[in-house]
Amino acid sequence: MFDFISDYDDPTLLGAFWVTVQLTVFSAIGSLIWGTLLAAMRVSPVPLMRGFGTAYVNLVRNIPLTVIVVFSSLGLADIFGVTMGAPDDFELQGFRLAVLSLVAYTAAFVCEALRSGINTVPVGQAEAARAIGLSFGQVLRLIVLPQAFRSVIGPLANVLIALTKNTTVAATIGVAEAALLMKEMIENEAQTVLIGAVFAFGFVVLTLPTGLILGWLSKRLAVKR
Amino acid sequence: MTSVLYDAPGPRAKRRNIIFSVVFFVLLALLLWWVYTVMDDKGQLEWALWKPFTQAEAWTTYLLPGLADTLKAAGLAMVIALPLGAFFGISRLSDHVWVRIPAGAVIEFFRAIPVLLLMLFANEFYSRYTDVSSEDRPLYAVVTGLVLYNASVLAEIVRAGILSLPKGQTEAAHAIGLRKGQTMTHILLPQAVTAMLPAIVTQLVVIVKDTALGGVMIGFTELLNTRGTLAANYANVIPSFIVVAIIYIIVNFILTSFAGWLEKRLRRSKRSTGAVLGKDDVEEMNAAEVGGSFGTGAGGTI
Repeated sequence: MFDFISDYDDPTLLGAFWVTVQLTVFSAIGSLIWGTLLAAMRVSPVPLMRGFGTAYVNLVRNIPLTVIVVFSSLGLADIFGVTMGAPDDFELQGFRLAVLSLVAYTAAFVCEALRSGINTVPVGQAEAARAIGLSFGQVLRLIVLPQAFRSVIGPLANVLIALTKNTTVAATIGVAEAALLMKEMIENEAQTVLIGAVFAFGFVVLTLPTGLILGWLSKRLAVKR
Repeated sequence: MTSVLYDAPGPRAKRRNIIFSVVFFVLLALLLWWVYTVMDDKGQLEWALWKPFTQAEAWTTYLLPGLADTLKAAGLAMVIALPLGAFFGISRLSDHVWVRIPAGAVIEFFRAIPVLLLMLFANEFYSRYTDVSSEDRPLYAVVTGLVLYNASVLAEIVRAGILSLPKGQTEAAHAIGLRKGQTMTHILLPQAVTAMLPAIVTQLVVIVKDTALGGVMIGFTELLNTRGTLAANYANVIPSFIVVAIIYIIVNFILTSFAGWLEKRLRRSKRSTGAVLGKDDVEEMNAAEVGGSFGTGAGGTI
């Protein structure tokens, strides 16, 4: 009944899901860093940075991820020559372009989640920090962001789960991850429903523990006020 | 000042802010300069590539039909998903365990699966087991995928809308002798629908964006797909991407602003109970305890 799985060895079923996991992990790290920078820009005292942060978030959030991913392949790589350090290895290049697109897109949502977290920090905390002579950077780094991060684990978990599901969009530029393998299998094999169920199960396995663990963490770590 | 993070700047802070502004401006200018030179080198700035967008043909043959298909799929998906979502959302609030648990399982299952997989599956399913013609199939598949996913997201919005109503509403309904079904249809739902409206409009943005998946993966002739045909015709890759991105931004910006306006208006209105679900409320709900007994919090309204 499950014979079809062993017929595919490049990539194998597990291999394809491993690519999905890798896409998720790299994009998560990247978008956390870029999203935090964007959030810092959006709350910074420099108007130009604030303007850039706001414009970036509002524009990127309204463009479909698919458009960004396809653009990274047809526009960035082909015309701008952004090969992500792998000009000859198209497989690696596609993977890295997909990570770049996912970071660019997801960071906007990370930024918004973080900003809402910054808003939950009581004004008194920042005032006290300033009163003992900390600078903007220090206030942000030592006082506000640590508290903000703890209060936004829940929303960030949602972003991470959405990111896990969004990695399937990488299939549009031929990255050999789960969705692309499913497309291939489902077209060639007769067991449409069974294949669908196998891949659906794979994503449930990926997202369910993430949601449960981070949900538990967000309750545990929330700053009690 | 918008932020609690800094005081009104003094002389030193002002100087520092100016330095930061200048550095940031230079970096930004360098980036834009690089983009400009590359586009110039590759001839993507030539007027011939942009000219089609000033003429009717590019719009009437490619972009507008594509946009129409995008909006058609999004609209259909919304209209079908809403009653389905309401049904599952209310089922999950049922007093009976054997209704509540299956409804919850269905909702969590479809929220955990990427829309793209649902579309691919639906596409193949229709081609194998039904006699939907191959021209209609992409639209059917896109709408099916969007409906399955968004119905489960809307179910959670409906549930949050009903839960956000003051408890006194249900108690008063029971006090005047309404049954459970009557309480739901006559008292709770009408109020919940008003409270949910902004969140529902926001969800439309997600649906519009997701239609683009159908264009690349199963050949649905929506905006991103017709962009490909257009670029193949005029050889204007970058300009076509820019124009299409702007169209998406405008459409979604209108929806977002409308949702924001609606939310503000409903919060002000004296006739409602004061419960209004904005986008943030729903996102928070997914993560917080309302996420259900075995909720994954697999929200992801993005």
